[in-house]
Amino acid sequence: MNIRKVKEFFIEKLIFICGLASIFFVVLIFLFLLREGAAVFNSVSPAGFLSGRSWYPISEPPQLGILPLILGSLMVTVGAAVISIPVGVACAVYIAEIAPPSVKEALKSGIELLAAIPSVVIGFIGMVTLVPWVKSVFRLPTGLTALSGSIMLAFMAMPTIVSVAEDALYSVPKSYKEGALALGATHWQVIHRVILPAAASGILAAVMLGIGRVIGETMAVMMITGNSAVIPNSILQPVRTLTATIAAEMGEAVVGSEHYFALFAVGIVLFVISFAVNVTADLFLHKRTS
Amino acid sequence: MRNPRRTQKIAFFLLFLATLFIVVPVGLIVIIIIQKGLPAVNWQFLSDVPRQGMRAGGIFPAIIGTVYLVTGAIIFALPIGVLAAIYLNEYAGDNFLTRIIKLAIVNLAGVPSVVYGLFGLALFVVFFRFGASIIAGSFTLGIMTLPIIITTSREALESVPYSFREVSRSLGASKWQTIRYIVLPNALSGILTGTILGLGRAAGETAPILFTVAAFYLPRLPHSVFEQTMALPYHLYVISTQVPNVDEKVRYGTALVLLALVLFMNLVAIVIRFKFRKKKKW
Repeated sequence: MNIRKVKEFFIEKLIFICGLASIFFVVLIFLFLLREGAAVFNSVSPAGFLSGRSWYPISEPPQLGILPLILGSLMVTVGAAVISIPVGVACAVYIAEIAPPSVKEALKSGIELLAAIPSVVIGFIGMVTLVPWVKSVFRLPTGLTALSGSIMLAFMAMPTIVSVAEDALYSVPKSYKEGALALGATHWQVIHRVILPAAASGILAAVMLGIGRVIGETMAVMMITGNSAVIPNSILQPVRTLTATIAAEMGEAVVGSEHYFALFAVGIVLFVISFAVNVTADLFLHKRTS
Repeated sequence: MRNPRRTQKIAFFLLFLATLFIVVPVGLIVIIIIQKGLPAVNWQFLSDVPRQGMRAGGIFPAIIGTVYLVTGAIIFALPIGVLAAIYLNEYAGDNFLTRIIKLAIVNLAGVPSVVYGLFGLALFVVFFRFGASIIAGSFTLGIMTLPIIITTSREALESVPYSFREVSRSLGASKWQTIRYIVLPNALSGILTGTILGLGRAAGETAPILFTVAAFYLPRLPHSVFEQTMALPYHLYVISTQVPNVDEKVRYGTALVLLALVLFMNLVAIVIRFKFRKKKKW
């Protein structure tokens, strides 16, 4: 009897510790990024790092300005957002409100299928299909451009946007819809004037989570955006994103070198962005439920 | 005057188009990969080591490497994830700590995969001196799958009716006995579904294993968990961008094997979920 009590005491303590594991790992990730990345600020100021216009990490002395990378990420992200937000929200509305039940299940599985395709496979497909197409349509020297990246990333953001937005639409009380229909509104008027406004904060959360996914996406973007770390002035130029820079260069960076520290500092920037995006999205979702 | 019926027709048509715009490319991607990849996939492709600088031969070490990594990740993440879910669903009160834990899970799920790679490099490869190794890669992938396992396990635990617990407690069972013998068995299939989905995600990820484990070219099987290994997603990346003049067929074949592996895991998860729904007693 007592042995059982002791045993259960330890099991419950273990459960408590595991419950805290996610906090522990988030803090650990941040600390280790900081530990390795902060050293770069011995040679370049944080403002100089963020606003420096040239990224030549292996020249002598290294030039560590990540503005081209930030702008590269921004361009690809904005492009992907412009495509994926309207299409994703429209698809969510179709699935939640219009599709008959049998079609609905099939569509949902299709979206889940898209979410399951590994990013390296999306990148590969983009390379062999989209990139040559972009090259010939716009008569460019190369199809590896920000535009190609935006299109492929839009597809990676859509599953997130569709499923979160659909949840938000679905959780609008049925009485709203019934009330509006009873007043003589058409189904579309109900969707447009009643359901969409009522689900607005959830849809906003969906959009933010989708964008978060795009900013953090690495492999596909590295394979199809051309990887040139210069400040882009057109969406039809090759760009390099924050994520692709880390993935492409960390393999060659010597542990403990300036380059190595700088790549970790890029990681800190990414971590902070994703943290901000996720906390904001969570606030929107929380607002909806409370 | 605007006709609301016609507006509705146009609006619904546009919504339908948007849906097609997502679903059709997904279908096309899968069909293209199957069509062009299938001719490359045969027994030799699946069971042989890569030859001639990865331009010929098979992808056996990459497949096995991915299996090792995923197995390692699950050994690490499953116990922690399920216990964390138990804590959240059975023990945690509605307080500040719980709110912080939930926020941490959301953030863990949102951290870019390449940042996991950096973290794995800093902690396991450099700090713990594991070097680039299966153990470092598995741990990194494990931490990455943790939020998926916690979230889905928690949903599974939540779906067990509260009355089950009340009856068990009223018969004199302790809280842990109730969880162990009543709640967990009833939530098992849900936990399994979530775990397999997490595995599928881990199997397809490239960025976290780039600097923690993946070997560019290692045409043999690893001998211990402290060695590097090839892995399918990284291998696909390598032969499609780093090695010139690889036969298109080999690339498509590798993509097909990776896609099939990931989709197979998803299918298994769906089947388990479906069977469970049918058997549900409440």
